[in-house]
Amino acid sequence: MAIRVQTEDFDLSEEVRRLRADDLRVGAVATFVGTVRDLNDGKDVARMTLEHYPGMTEKALESIVAQARERWRMFDALVIHRYGELGPGDQIVLVAVTSAHRGDAFAACEFIMDYLKTEAPFWKKEATPQGERWVDARETDTAARERWVTGEKA
Amino acid sequence: MQIDLRFFASVREALGVAEERVDAVPAGIATVGDVREWLCTRGPVWAETLGPQRPLRMALNHTMVPASTRLTDGCEVAFFPPVTGG
Repeated sequence: MAIRVQTEDFDLSEEVRRLRADDLRVGAVATFVGTVRDLNDGKDVARMTLEHYPGMTEKALESIVAQARERWRMFDALVIHRYGELGPGDQIVLVAVTSAHRGDAFAACEFIMDYLKTEAPFWKKEATPQGERWVDARETDTAARERWVTGEKA
Repeated sequence: MQIDLRFFASVREALGVAEERVDAVPAGIATVGDVREWLCTRGPVWAETLGPQRPLRMALNHTMVPASTRLTDGCEVAFFPPVTGG
């Protein structure tokens, strides 16, 4: 299991190659890549700054992956989250999970993302033609996480 | 009791403070929620930013916790808005 919080970009195929290298038990790799959009809540986004809480961020991500491991049969997991200045089209986050079968890999990957959105200490600030603004947390993100607790569909 | 305070994102910007060491916490301040209430007495900006009307998140030693969580000597207490990563 690896957690990386970094300013640098990442290469999906290289990360997946490394994650499943020499592990012939792996029958499924599920990945999610989050990217910066050029439009959010009706405003043009020229660039974005991601702030985080060094120390807590790594601890929170490790805890989220550990919870996923308790719920699904996974072999390995990788979470990369960038911080600092990003622009439209840039990659922000990568979650990759290896497992024997797709069901576990898909579910664990989605679970990790849903928990990351509500529990990992990152904050987005967008620069728009109207000025800078902090992005508000979404109620739908909380609902997405809650369904893993209640078992209901979001 | 000594504690370290940390503020992030919109909270840090509103207060103009990223971190602060409190060498002696006033008597009667025992929980994370107590610290929040105490900081609100510092002035209008503090009360506006950390007041009960704000959907604030709190962390003790790098773990998100409810307001009732008790402080320990040398702990790090952080205040920040709901997270928006990913």
